[in-house]
Formats: sequence, structure tokens, C-alpha cells
Amino acid sequence: MFSYALKRLGLSVAIVSLAMLLLFSMIYLVPGDPAAVALGPRATDAMREALRIKMGLDQPVWVQFWNFFTGAWTGDLGREVLSDRPVAQVVMEQLPYTLALIAGGISWSVAIGIPLGCWAAVKRGSWADRIVGVLSVAVIAVPSFVIAIYALLVFAVSLRWLPAIGAGEPGDLGDQLTHLILPSLAVGLGWIGYIARMVRASMLEVLEAQHIRTARAFGLPENLITFRYALTIAILPTVTLLGVGIGQMLSSAVFAEIVFARPGVGKLVYDAILTRNYPLVTGAVLVTTVLFVLINLLADLIVGALDPRVRSRL
Amino acid sequence: MTVLSITDLNVFFSTEGGDLHALRDVSFDVPERRIVGIVGESGCGKSTLINAILGLLADNGRVGGGGIHFEGHDLTRLGPKEMQALRGPRIATVFQDPMGALNPVVSVGAQMRNIQYRSGLSRSEKDAKSVAILQKVRIPDAGAALARYPHEFSGGMKQRIAIAMALLMEPALLIADEPTTALDATLEVATIELLKELQQDIGCSVLFISHHLGVIAELCDDVVVMYAGEVVERGTTRQVFNNPGHPYAARLLECDPARQSERVRLLPTIPGEIPDLRHRPEGCIFAPRCDRRAPACEARQSELPLQTGHMARCALAEARS
Ligand SMILES: Nc1ncnc2c1ncn2[C@@H]1O[C@H](COP(=O)(O)OP(=O)(O)OP(=O)(O)O)[C@@H](O)[C@H]1O
Ligand SMILES: [Mg+2]
Repeated sequence: MFSYALKRLGLSVAIVSLAMLLLFSMIYLVPGDPAAVALGPRATDAMREALRIKMGLDQPVWVQFWNFFTGAWTGDLGREVLSDRPVAQVVMEQLPYTLALIAGGISWSVAIGIPLGCWAAVKRGSWADRIVGVLSVAVIAVPSFVIAIYALLVFAVSLRWLPAIGAGEPGDLGDQLTHLILPSLAVGLGWIGYIARMVRASMLEVLEAQHIRTARAFGLPENLITFRYALTIAILPTVTLLGVGIGQMLSSAVFAEIVFARPGVGKLVYDAILTRNYPLVTGAVLVTTVLFVLINLLADLIVGALDPRVRSRL
Repeated sequence: MTVLSITDLNVFFSTEGGDLHALRDVSFDVPERRIVGIVGESGCGKSTLINAILGLLADNGRVGGGGIHFEGHDLTRLGPKEMQALRGPRIATVFQDPMGALNPVVSVGAQMRNIQYRSGLSRSEKDAKSVAILQKVRIPDAGAALARYPHEFSGGMKQRIAIAMALLMEPALLIADEPTTALDATLEVATIELLKELQQDIGCSVLFISHHLGVIAELCDDVVVMYAGEVVERGTTRQVFNNPGHPYAARLLECDPARQSERVRLLPTIPGEIPDLRHRPEGCIFAPRCDRRAPACEARQSELPLQTGHMARCALAEARS
């Protein structure tokens, strides 16, 4: 298990480094002078030259990349243009809100999707199974921003059950959680459908396996067979899918943060693009990439923890 | 004493093309401490028979008449809960595929503890029992094996673990569905010997299904020959092998099993195919493939006794024996 974790960690470092290379070449290849962009049209040539030296743009490309690379790994993502604060600090301030949103979305989708899919598989062919099937397709088909807007209109504006905007009073956990319900549901709802379908399909496959027949032939309780013997295997593809699906969830988090006027990395990037705050955009994208890689690593570790075959293969 | 007695068992599967009569009037006994072999081509209903005994027929299957008597119960009349309580402690099963028969994500020890869930023993007592039976099937370092997972064992070891699991609760009846087919020849012999040894140790009866006539001749006291869902002949191994009464059994045995090379795992082929079980003929089911067909074969066949305990479902059997 330990060496498995170590190998996966090494792979993750390689992936993030590659992402840095790509991000750097993107900034480098984009036409225009970053110093000119940062200073605006009224700056003098001398001011631009001074900033260019300050930003290290007079150095050879490989030195620039090395500085960017080592800086990023040590947590220095440069300074943002508007307030001259460190990008890393600005992004880190917003990150917990997005993490909470994504964790909420995953919680919704896992807590509802896995039991639904499992139930549909155990009762396959029944009305319950058919209803779950139709509902899954329905929630997958509706884009998350549509869900976000409707949830806002129904539960916050008409029914007034839940708050409409913001992330809640800092320090008041209960208030923050009630503010999280609607946006995280908007992020996670489609995933309830995906996961229900995925778990149903793999559960049906596993329930046909010879070892399940053996377990039944030993008279084991149906609950033990369903949850310990079958579901543990059936959720493995779902865990992997969720890891990859974090990318999609991050993009629906942008919508949710805008619609519900929540702070967060999505909202930050959105605002940064509108104000052409490029260091902030690249910094936030890099942090998101690391987040994506870390969550995938976590997903792989969970699969490894659940499946001894995976553990010993590595 | 008879441990398992099957009388006129009929099993149907509902299919799109109508009801499939998978087992027709199957009768035989498994006496105490005896090993009964079942032979027959693929599709003759061996697995269906096992599933009917275990109460694990597929959703579209049903018992349509007849009885399965075991320890004073008619298994065809027991509810799912009562059946579940018998499976494992009283009737245990070893399946064909050792690779797939053990759960890949549950440790061997946990699987063996789960099998003993009704025993009322403590965790360490259960583990001690598991270790003892694993030692009996010669798993090296049995104590450490409990923490390991099935994929860490070789095929032959997995099959021995499956046998250990089946015998863990000291059942009255062990059902073995082609337990050695997936193993190579040397392992097969070792596994058969082990099975026989354990059977004598525990004193259980065995229902042993195999394609391999040599193994049946070696291991079994009694033989049941099945064809297209019917028992065409049954008797002691000696009676059936020395003096087959049914033409199908005779054709199977034409190559002397003693001389059969280890490589011949499959039954000798007989021209023709098993008929469509959705449309059973009224007369002898084997008649279309039989080279001794006679007018008497058009009528419904009943089991004719040839000797005590030896019957064949063939109108011509008595005349020839
Ligand atoms: N669930 C089912 N639905 C319909 N027909 C079935 C079903 N299960 C088995 N059958 C049919 O019943 C007959 C007996 O099948 P069974 O699996 O018992 O044969 P078998 O003797 O075990 O064969 P093999 O040696 O290949 O394992 C076959 O004709 C098969 O097609
Ligand atoms: Mg079979």
C-alpha cells in the first residue's frame, strides 16, 4: 500500500510539472507583451522596460521557465495585476469555498446515486428500476446552470426555504452549510444520474459473477452479499469516474458560483478574465490543475484500498 | 440411510419460445457416506439439478412437480429463509471455476468467518476453525493465509481453499460441480484424492459432477447418467460401467475409461445433438441418435430395474442385459 501510494504520488508530480510546462508555453506563445498588458496603454517605454526586468522577461526562455517552475513548486505564483497581492494568497483565500462546493456536489451524487443504482440493480426490471432509469437520464440531460437557476427560483425566491446568495456568515458553520445546499445540489445533480446508471450497470455485472453464486450457495445473508461482496466491486469504476469527472464538476462550479454569487475559484477566474488579470488566471488554473490531480490521486488510492488486486499490481 | 432423495423432479424454464422442460422425472438417491457421480453431455441439466437442490434456480426457472428430500425436509417446499439456513451448514457446494469462485475483494479469512456467521462462535474461534481446515487441505502457512486475498494463491490452491470453505461447517452433503475441470491433470488427481480423504474424515455424502469418466470411475460409488434432462441410467459404478443398460450409457463407455488418456477430459462424442427441450418427444428422448431404435421407443419410457439398484430408462434394456 505504501509503495503504491508513493508511485502514484510520483506520477502526480510528473503530471503537474507537465501542466506547468503547458501553461508556461501558453503564456509565452500568447501574442503581446505581458508587461504592456499589465501596465496599460498609458505607460512609458521606460516603465515597461523596468517591469519587464522585474518580471524576468529579459531572460532567456529556459531561465524564465525554470523560474516559473521552481516558483510554482514553492508556492510563488507571482503577483496579480490589480492589487499587487501574491496570486497564491488570493487563490488560496477562495479555494476553501470551491472545495466545499465540490465536496458538497460529490456528497449529493454519492449519497443518492450509489444507493439508487444499487437498489435499481437488485430490483432489476421492476417499476423502481424503470423510474430510476428515467430520472437518471433526465438529470443527466439538464445542464447544471439551468438546474442552478431553477433551484434558486423555486427554493430560495418562491419558497424561501434556503438562502439565495453568498456563502454564509464566516465562522457560522450552520449558516455556511445552508448556503451550500442549493449550489452543491446544482453541481451534483447530474452526477446523481451518472452514478446511479454506472453503479446499476456494474452491479448487474457483478451479481452475475461466480463468486456471488458461491456466496449464495453458502447461505450468506443477502445484505452481506449485496453490500460487502458485490457493491465493493461495483463501485470501483464509479470512484475512478468521479476522479476524472472532477474536471466537469469544477466547470459547473463556475456557473454555480456566478448564479449564487458565491466566492470561489470559479468566480475568481471569471472576474480575472473580465479584468484581464492574467497572472491571476494562470495561477488559479494551475491551482485547479493541482486540485484535479490530487482528487484523482485520492480516487486511485480509494480504489487501491477497496481492491487488493489493484494494490498488489503496483 | 439416504441423505438426499430426489423423486420425479421436474424443472421448467420459461423462455420466449415457450416452457423449456429442463429436468423430467429425475429420481435418484444419495446414500449416507457415499459418493454419487453425475455424468452427461453439456446442457443435459447437471447445473440445473444442483441449482434446484440448492433452491437457487434462475428467476425464470421453477420446480414443476416432484420432491427433493433432505434431512426430513422437502426442499421444494421450503421458504427462502429456511433454504438459506441449510445452504452452507448442511449442504455445501464447490463450483467448477476456482478462479471465479472466491470473492476477489474479501480476504480468505473474512470469507471463512462469514460462512460461519450462524455458528455463534467468537471471531478467534472461527479463525481457529478456518486455520484447521486450511491445514487439512494443505495450504502452507494457513495462519497467514487468512489475511491474504484469493488472487495471491495459485489455481490449485484456490480450489483447495474452496473445498476447505465447503467443508468448514461439516455439511451432510457436499455438492461438487466439476471441481477439477479447470485444473491440470496432476492437480486433478491430487484434488480428487484430497476430496476422498476429507469425505471419509467428515463422513459426508458427495454429489460429484464430472465430464471425466475416468474420474467418476475412480472416485464414485454410484453413477447417475443423464441425457437431455432425464436420468437414463443409474446404479453402482461397477454395475453401470461393467454392464450399461441404456444405449447412451453404453456409447459413452465404449472407450474404456481405464484406458482413457489423462488428456481426454470430454465425453466421447456421439453423432447428433441434444433435442430442443421446449418440444420434448413423448417417446424415448435418445431415440433420434440411437442406433438400436425400435418401435417400442415411440412409447413413453419408464425406468426398468436391471439388478437391485441398477435401472435404465430403455424399453430394450431388459431384453439385452
Ligand atoms: N435460466 C435458464 N433459462 C432458460 N434455459 C435454461 C436456463 N438455465 C439452463 N437452461 C437450459 O437448461 C438446459 C440444462 O442446462 P444446464 O446448465 O443445467 O446444463 P449442464 O448439464 O450443467 O451443462 P454444462 O455441462 O455445460 O454445464 C440447457 O438446455 C439450458 O439451455
Ligand atoms: Mg453446468
